[in-house]
Amino acid sequence: MDTVLARAGVWLAAILIAIVASAMAIDQPFAIQMIIVALAAFAGLCVTLSRTDYDAVARGILRAPADPGQYDDDPIRWGMIATVFWGMAGFLAGLYIALELAFPVLNFSEYVNFGRLRPLHTSAVIFAFGGNALIATSFYVVQRTCRARLAFPGLARFVFWGYQLFIVLAASGYLLGITQGKEYAEPEWYTDWWLTIVWLSYAAVFVGTIVRRTEPHIYVANWFYLGFILTVAMLHVVNNLDVPVSFVGSRSFPLFGGVQGALVQWWYGHNAVGFFLTAGFLAMMYYFVPKQAERPIYSYRLSIIHFWALIFLYIWAGPHHLHYTALPDWAQTLGMVFSLMLWMPSWGGMINGLMTLNGAWDKVRTDPIIRMMVMALAFYGMATFEGPMMSIKSVNSLSHYTDWTIGHVHSGALGWNGMITFAAIYYLVPRLWQRERLYSLRWVNWHFWLATVGIVFYASSMWVAGITQGLMWREYGADGYLVNTFAETVAAVHPMFVLRAVGGLLYLTGGAIMAANVWLTIVGRLRDEVPMHQAAYDPEKDRPLTGGLARQLPARVTEQPGAEPAPQPILPAPELEPAE
Amino acid sequence: MTDKKHDPRIDEATGVETVGHEWDGIEELNNPLPRWWLWSFYATILFALGYVVAYPAIPLAHRASAGVLGWTSRGQLAGETALVARERAPLMARLAATPIERLEADPELMRAAVTGGRAAFRANCVACHGAGAAGVVGHYPNLNDDDWLWGGNLKQIEYTITHGIRQPGHDQTRTSQMPSFGRDGILAPAQVQDVASFVRTLSRLERPSASSARGRELFAANCVACHGTEGNGNRQLGAPNLTDAIWLYGGSRDAIVNSVTNAHAGVMPAWGGTLDLATIKMLAAYVHSLGGGEGFTAPQPAPSGAIADARP
Amino acid sequence: MTAAPSKLLENHKKIERNVSLLALFAFVTVAIGGIIEVAPLFWIDNTIEKVKGMRPYTPLEQAGRDIYVREGCYLCHSQMIRPFRDEVERYGHYSLAAESMYDHPFQWGSKRTGPDLARVGGRYSDEWHVQHLTDPRSVVPESVMPTYAFLSKRELSAGDVAAELTALRRVGVPYSKEDIVRAEEDLRAQADPDAKAGDLLKRYPKAQVRDFDGDPSRLTEMDALVAYLQVLGTMVDVNGAAAQEELAREKGR
Repeated sequence: MDTVLARAGVWLAAILIAIVASAMAIDQPFAIQMIIVALAAFAGLCVTLSRTDYDAVARGILRAPADPGQYDDDPIRWGMIATVFWGMAGFLAGLYIALELAFPVLNFSEYVNFGRLRPLHTSAVIFAFGGNALIATSFYVVQRTCRARLAFPGLARFVFWGYQLFIVLAASGYLLGITQGKEYAEPEWYTDWWLTIVWLSYAAVFVGTIVRRTEPHIYVANWFYLGFILTVAMLHVVNNLDVPVSFVGSRSFPLFGGVQGALVQWWYGHNAVGFFLTAGFLAMMYYFVPKQAERPIYSYRLSIIHFWALIFLYIWAGPHHLHYTALPDWAQTLGMVFSLMLWMPSWGGMINGLMTLNGAWDKVRTDPIIRMMVMALAFYGMATFEGPMMSIKSVNSLSHYTDWTIGHVHSGALGWNGMITFAAIYYLVPRLWQRERLYSLRWVNWHFWLATVGIVFYASSMWVAGITQGLMWREYGADGYLVNTFAETVAAVHPMFVLRAVGGLLYLTGGAIMAANVWLTIVGRLRDEVPMHQAAYDPEKDRPLTGGLARQLPARVTEQPGAEPAPQPILPAPELEPAE
Repeated sequence: MTDKKHDPRIDEATGVETVGHEWDGIEELNNPLPRWWLWSFYATILFALGYVVAYPAIPLAHRASAGVLGWTSRGQLAGETALVARERAPLMARLAATPIERLEADPELMRAAVTGGRAAFRANCVACHGAGAAGVVGHYPNLNDDDWLWGGNLKQIEYTITHGIRQPGHDQTRTSQMPSFGRDGILAPAQVQDVASFVRTLSRLERPSASSARGRELFAANCVACHGTEGNGNRQLGAPNLTDAIWLYGGSRDAIVNSVTNAHAGVMPAWGGTLDLATIKMLAAYVHSLGGGEGFTAPQPAPSGAIADARP
Repeated sequence: MTAAPSKLLENHKKIERNVSLLALFAFVTVAIGGIIEVAPLFWIDNTIEKVKGMRPYTPLEQAGRDIYVREGCYLCHSQMIRPFRDEVERYGHYSLAAESMYDHPFQWGSKRTGPDLARVGGRYSDEWHVQHLTDPRSVVPESVMPTYAFLSKRELSAGDVAAELTALRRVGVPYSKEDIVRAEEDLRAQADPDAKAGDLLKRYPKAQVRDFDGDPSRLTEMDALVAYLQVLGTMVDVNGAAAQEELAREKGR
């Protein structure tokens, strides 16, 4: 009872502080944000005081199986749902701002202007979708690979809900115009402080679980998760050192300004990519790929070398976002050479992932989840080649400030982060809810193709748009003078902006199919469908090949009547040894 | 913590030995680092070392290493700029030596100036005057016609570009301020209507009427000091010619009533601080060449209220 | 593999078995790069060019800057002209580090959906800015910029201006005590040609005092934003002899 009272006291104090802060607020957006905080604390108070077993209620709503006592999976189930939800929100915001750039009339209110929705989109996909996926999968993976239950279960639940509050505060703040004005670090000081508390709790749960492990060795996925958690903590704290104007107002000013501020910001910004979107997602890859393929990791030695090389080199690469700016040349040089050295360590992860399929390549054809993983790794490889290339100063002089950068980011984000997350969701949901299988594997296949085609539209249109901009800006006529006005370059990329939105729509549609599939799996339904793979037998073709026909590929799987179109294999099927 | 030992085994599918660990069913093969991967990694490191020696890279106590090539990003631009300047030096020397009044006498130089001016116009002026220099009705004048508020010969255009129009805080800027006759109560609303009627008869947009007759007297009493007795305007004051068909702020009755009620005072920035003298000269040549440029002997409408001023 | 890497692998097994060691090594590994790159920017002499003219923003300009940040202008507009011939010809002299030394946060940007704004100050009239912000396509038909008509309708509520300047002073912007005391007064005086500006111009040289939004009767967010845009890139006389001499001396930067 004492603990209940103490907890209720904490909640009550939080409510009071939030209400007082709201009443004293010097700006209205801050007042609104504090009301959100008060409501969140009130919800916490209700949960504490009521005798209802909310875990059980939540399990009932989510139709989750009662925790069998092996592993603590409730926060992971919530995390899966949050991941899908925020992913859809982020994709939708992305599509909307893409349409705004093509059709500016869509900026019809200050609350939906591009400048306010763009941080909403980036934060929703990186921190809300990506962050929830990382937290949920890390809790899943660390328990399994340590063969230990989650340490500090209460704190783990706090991490989940605290992180959602962070997202809600950040997102509502953007719409209200609360921002620090630094890309990917837009949330203001109080939201940053809150995230720091949540993040340290996350680190405690994660490290605590590793400490409790019953395996002697720490698995490589956990090295990456650990590197990600520690580095993000460091980046977040240093880049968000600010002086608030008032403790009851939303504004603050960052400690570092000008050229130092720029480098600290891109040290942060680049490593948000490096550690949030690369190291963290590599950790996911290191667990889910071998599990789904049922194959051992390709090379233990490679994982050691590429892990340490990756985390050491990545942190240096930030200045390549500031090539040819007022940042001193020496720092730009370091940014460029470390980005180039990063190429192979990045590819180490791709090799270890792809080569893990050695001995199971046939699954690329038969298992759409494996296919998603392979596509994710392929896009990871492409993006981590393109990145070092764009960090070369002469390439960067063309690509910087253009949509090429946007295309690069999205081939990594949609292709690598999106696809590997989808694969992890498809792997986890049937297991977490103890279903026989997903509602539909064929829907997974649809999702795969819609997403892939969407990315191709996106990346290629932005590539063309970026190079068009870069070349038009620097185009000189025979008379030795600039050819284009800036406005002409804007008009020139309009068709590409439309195509990009088409790509986004396809990707979003794939996401919607996933949301439906996940939901129907959770409620326990199974789609009555022909399995994705059946060993085909076609008597017509069951004969020796002669002449020109012999050079053709082996016959494909024949389609079943009424079934959806069979997927095209993206890699050539392994040649079958003809039986002698 | 139990330190259970797994023994390495040979993976059947690949024939490679495992390391001997196992986590939740995941094992690791003991494949070596791919050779091509390792050598590519070494190659990037070597390249990086060479690049660091060649270019500014290593931060020291007071400055960074300068690199053996002595390259700097700003130095590279200075080199390119110098190259372009050297190529253009003859043109620039001639341009500097030729007073703008004499520019037209040298067709080759004029052509070169127009080309350079077009580029400068597209970089600096299109935001207001539009890509085709046609202006925006109600805001920014069309530069293609032969109607000039402040004068259309080369020297006048050059002066306008250099010092701007009503540039705040700039003493030499072209300036004047029409009173807001209606807003400030100098004329009653009905009188404003009469003035508008009269003004519209000047350019034959309306037939004379009783209203325009009353307007003629009001015009004579209030407007001629700037717009002239005939309504031909006064370029010393940027007072527009009211007898032609060109209306910056619109020639409809409503537009004219509005202009008389709430006077306009368009602003153009002074470019003298932003652009160099040669560029401004070329810009003047370009604007002059658009179609309405005037010669130095072109008949200027006689200013009725002439003011001694150094401004051309 | 040779013997040395194998020994390395054996040692690595110790790290793999000790989470404290793993965390410590990982943290040290990721800390190195940032320290070596960022820290020297605070001590190397020529990081910030020694040019004359930089001053903190006036309270009105700073209020406009807050609006610039709030509306996310930096997501489409850079404020950083690179030392390339085309950029210098299009936008003006390349940006110096000194020119953003009092910018908290810096607003160099990373994308040019719209043009660079580092030297937009003085290039267009106030009327143009107001019209362009109100309806961008009425002056630039190709533009994809959102409309900001609401700025003219909203009174500028800059909150506690003195507190804002105090916070900026804490992060290193050299506002004087007088600047802070008179902040509120300065804010109003700059946008009102009839008010007595006092010694505003002495404390903020080259500050432009006038009504910016075309409505002298009100102090709106549009006034503040246009005042900010009009000061961009105008503080340092970059093309002047003093600045050019300083830049010519640069080496090992």
